Amino acid sequence: MIHAKGYWKAKLVSLAVLAVLLFTGCGAGDRVEASPVSGEITVYTAIENVLAGRLVETFNAHYPDITVNLVRDSTGVITSRLIAEAANPQADVVWGTAASSLMVLEAMDMLEPFAPTGLDRILPMFRAESNPPTWVGITAWETAFIVNLPELEALGLTIDDIRCYVDLLRPELQGNIIMPNPASSGTGFLTVVGLLELYGRDTDAGWEFMDRLHENVQDYIHSGAGPANMAATGETVVGISFGFPGISRLQEGAPVAVVFPERGSGWDMEANALIRQDEIHPAAQTFLNWAISDEAMAIYNEAFPIISTGEGGSYYGFEGQNPVDQLIDKCFVWIASNRESILAEWNRRYGG
Amino acid sequence: MRGKSKGQFLLLCLMLAAFVIIMVLPLFALFARAFQDNTGQFVGMANYRAYFANPALSRALWNTINVSLVTTVFSVTLGFLYAYALTRTNIRFKRFFRYMALIPIFIPTIVHAVGLISLFGRQGLITQMGFDIEIFGFIGITLSHIIFTFPQAFLMFFVTLEYADGRLYEAAESMGVKPLTKLFKITLPEIKFTLINAAFVCFTLAFTDFGAPVVIGGGYNVLATDLFVQITGLFNFNMGAVVGTLLLIPAILAFIVNRVTNIANMGAMSAKSTKLKVKKSLARDIFFFAFCSLIVLFFLTLIGALAVRAFTTFFPFNMTPTLGNFQFSPVTGGVGSFFNSVRMSLITATVGTAFVFVYAYVAEKTDGFEFLRKIAKLFSVLPLALPGMVIGVSYIFFFNNPNNPFNFAFGTVGILVMANILSFFSVPYLTIMGALKKLDREFESVSDSMSAPRWKLFTMVTVPLSLPAILETFMYYFVSSMVTISAIVFLYTPRFRVASIAISHMHAEGVFAQAAAMSLLILLVNVVVRLIYEITIHLIKKRRKQA
Amino acid sequence: MSFLEVKNVVKRFDNQSALNNVSINVEKGELVCILGPSGCGKTTLLRTIAGLETTDSGKIFIDGKDATFLPPAKRNFGIVFQSYALFPNMTVMGNVLFGLKQKVRASKAELRRRAEEVLEMVDLTDHSDKYPRQLSGGQQQRTALARAIALSPSFLLLDEPLSALDAKVRTKLRGEIREIQKQLGVTTVMVTHDQEEALTMADKVIVMNNSVVEQVGTPKEIYGNPATNFVAGFIGSMNFLKVDGGIKAIRPERIKLVGRFDTFDLKANVSAVEFKGPLTRVYARTKNAAEVSIELPSQSFDNMNIRAGAQVFLRLPEEHISRYTEAWGEIAV
Repeated sequence: MIHAKGYWKAKLVSLAVLAVLLFTGCGAGDRVEASPVSGEITVYTAIENVLAGRLVETFNAHYPDITVNLVRDSTGVITSRLIAEAANPQADVVWGTAASSLMVLEAMDMLEPFAPTGLDRILPMFRAESNPPTWVGITAWETAFIVNLPELEALGLTIDDIRCYVDLLRPELQGNIIMPNPASSGTGFLTVVGLLELYGRDTDAGWEFMDRLHENVQDYIHSGAGPANMAATGETVVGISFGFPGISRLQEGAPVAVVFPERGSGWDMEANALIRQDEIHPAAQTFLNWAISDEAMAIYNEAFPIISTGEGGSYYGFEGQNPVDQLIDKCFVWIASNRESILAEWNRRYGG
Repeated sequence: MRGKSKGQFLLLCLMLAAFVIIMVLPLFALFARAFQDNTGQFVGMANYRAYFANPALSRALWNTINVSLVTTVFSVTLGFLYAYALTRTNIRFKRFFRYMALIPIFIPTIVHAVGLISLFGRQGLITQMGFDIEIFGFIGITLSHIIFTFPQAFLMFFVTLEYADGRLYEAAESMGVKPLTKLFKITLPEIKFTLINAAFVCFTLAFTDFGAPVVIGGGYNVLATDLFVQITGLFNFNMGAVVGTLLLIPAILAFIVNRVTNIANMGAMSAKSTKLKVKKSLARDIFFFAFCSLIVLFFLTLIGALAVRAFTTFFPFNMTPTLGNFQFSPVTGGVGSFFNSVRMSLITATVGTAFVFVYAYVAEKTDGFEFLRKIAKLFSVLPLALPGMVIGVSYIFFFNNPNNPFNFAFGTVGILVMANILSFFSVPYLTIMGALKKLDREFESVSDSMSAPRWKLFTMVTVPLSLPAILETFMYYFVSSMVTISAIVFLYTPRFRVASIAISHMHAEGVFAQAAAMSLLILLVNVVVRLIYEITIHLIKKRRKQA
Repeated sequence: MSFLEVKNVVKRFDNQSALNNVSINVEKGELVCILGPSGCGKTTLLRTIAGLETTDSGKIFIDGKDATFLPPAKRNFGIVFQSYALFPNMTVMGNVLFGLKQKVRASKAELRRRAEEVLEMVDLTDHSDKYPRQLSGGQQQRTALARAIALSPSFLLLDEPLSALDAKVRTKLRGEIREIQKQLGVTTVMVTHDQEEALTMADKVIVMNNSVVEQVGTPKEIYGNPATNFVAGFIGSMNFLKVDGGIKAIRPERIKLVGRFDTFDLKANVSAVEFKGPLTRVYARTKNAAEVSIELPSQSFDNMNIRAGAQVFLRLPEEHISRYTEAWGEIAV
């Protein structure tokens, strides 16, 4: 089991260990390109358009001879496309897509283990256990509340009243919370898992909390960013979502505040992997190497406070705090093996 | 067998084979999964039992039926009244009203839902005026569907009422029949088939649409969102296939009640008889004028809301006018995705029109082969009931198989074109069929007697005479391909991104202003295409009259 | 051997018989009319000859060769339909040229000359650049005819070619078609339900009913000696009179009104008189209530001074009487 938070604190240790592994036969070293690689690769990604575009541009500045064909869609669509195409993979690389999804692909034996150059810089909590890893994380995203301030005031509350999950149970908020459906949204799922982890996954306490939250929920929708956008446009008061869309709306001028719950956030990461197929395109490896380079990380970092090297700067909502500390301890193995039953239980209680 | 039959037989077989490849086999590839577990083992009806044992899932079925029924009742009623106003009253601006009624089919359904939110959401224009309705959920889905299906119902009634036999009414008039009796004894029997067909079309469209419920449906689950959740959320393709089969319920129902033949025969209505002279009635005209104005006003408000979003910096918080929203992020495909859409729609329209035309031609005009032609006609109405997503997923399973000889098409524009051609096949088929039925049945005989090959007759007579129907089909394919999302969301290729998908991405990412701007571009190009169509038809008619 | 031979042809549609063992012969240069009520199979017979319908059994010979399975294009005929089936998007000239271009290998000018020749024959030279909808019904009909004969077909098939026209034009065109047919000497089969048309135009009439051929003969034979009670009743007017052991049939104009002291066959009372221009028809009732109609020149009738109710004496000349076992249509008892 990986209890993430503990590991990141042991960063130096793992760094050393990884460094040794890398140089003693993991093979990553052989794959560092000696001559410029060229060709055309297909990359599936769930990274937001704005970001993905800039990243590919920067990549191409270094590798003008590699054409990157990008399929950009939601995590769900990307994953199901990959699964549906399993018989004859169309993608060379899956980039910036939920690790929980990649674990599904891993279970289907669709990922080719690959250790990208610079893997040693990645915190252990952000990569697959196996060696070489089947997937490598780049950024994490985490549960956040996006709160529409004028609407909140209209209810007689201030932003200081919304600090943590339990504040969402306030009677004033009845019918004023939108949450993503965990069955169709990765954010919805990580939030539900986060609540189960925080309130106790082995007792019923997590579900009992959600029962009470359910009383206040206006609607469950099929999109993770949707609740943030709805809070931004005043369609709801509190959108349970993740940081990025909330902060984006805030910067665009929406009257919202982004709240990271005090007890910590459920989270997932966007990770990269090589798709298993008969012939691996060398350019795919070039891309994956670059995708965890400092340069790429810096661009991820503009939008995501948490990057997998753990070297984020100062961020809105995380003043004086390392954003990584916001992430709760989380057991991916437990989640992966209980995904179906969690969703079935959620569906039984709140679906339809 | 006579020699000429061989060519016709081959063509008929070719058309059927094409349909088997673009519809039957892919569907089979998908639906086989409804009876398998995720390891591919045959499990019989187990998935269905699991589906109906889960109340949260099976409720989606009833929700869908509920939404579709209400949509049907409203769309058919409103569509009929609107068509009635334009054919049986003396209101002014009929041409304006006719074009305005088509607005909803020029933009993706997802945009209707967004428009509704800006009117009826918490911050909505109408909500702010004090009318608060719970737009997320049943009402929102149903309203979106009514908006989208209304033009279809209207068009069907319009054609029927326009070509109705005025002499019947004159005869009734001379016998002193009361207006209400006229309605029940003449008008209703006259539109009976259209009524049934319009109801079927509206029901099916509402039953299978995905764009609106995903945006405005909230927790109100319908089959289309269920399919989406099963496939993209749970990666459960087997259950997805189960939902997919349930989405075919309207089609199956149609076969059971034998509506199919009626729909196929609808095209047989032809221009005949004398045109109806509309009597004077001020009260009636005022009522209908108000009715039509109200509907148009509603549509214009939706477009207005879209325009406001598109031309302001950040609605509703920063209302500074800007054109910046038309500078699309290059990653959504940028403005390139818009041109890709136009390109894809042009290809779809060109290939699709040719395919539908030849298909309808062999189904209608060949001699003999009754059985094959019946199958061809049966195939032709099925796509109407196929949700775009079902087509998309089944295409992945079928075409993305290295052993499939058609594998090369996967990952190309070709697959998008194919999905679109299939998705929107039925309506153009009926249009072309109607046009072909109006042609003299003896053209073929005359041409045979002159030893002219059929293709010569086809190119020199059949095609030129069907030009209006061909143009209409072309336009329909173009407009539909411009706005479709669900048919291609699983199929669009990295090298070729399209505008409608970009809109759904922009919406999901909260870039509403760019989504609105892109929707306006789509609306604009569709309106332009429609205008070109109207002008061309006008010119053709004028030339024929002069000639 | 005849030019066109249909031998024992059987054709069924959905278990409905359309042609039941039909055999006919058409000689070279002849104009043959197939006459019968609607649904009798006459159009099916024509389409079978054209090859537009297949036969279930039986054979068709054209010019001595078995053509049963020959496609229409190989049978070398011209056809005119009731609807004319003119291509509305082509001018009169275009319609005529359409077939010529397919079949005749010649220069454009040559083809045009040939088309102009045909158009002159049907008197449409002045209209050659018009579209069908700009023509009168008669002109459309002649265009269809021109198109059919332009290819110098070895025979011509006319399917109710005149029935869409009004009475005057129809009469005029009958003569014109017949004249052109004679001029070209083209073997022609024409389907019609109009007996006057058949009788005035045909060299030979084939009367059909219920999918079988009832009689084949010259117009005179058909009219004067109807082979069956159907032919007798279907063509012209016929009095059917019941006699011991059957039915006697006699045409109204063959009945003579005679004086009471002449030999007469029947005594009757005039029930109605119908003035028909040159002829007058008298309806008279015999004592056993059978109604008999008599037709005579109006001038003779006027001289007789007969009124309704008057008693008349009728002679039925034996040479004009046909006998059948059953009547067809109305029967006089």
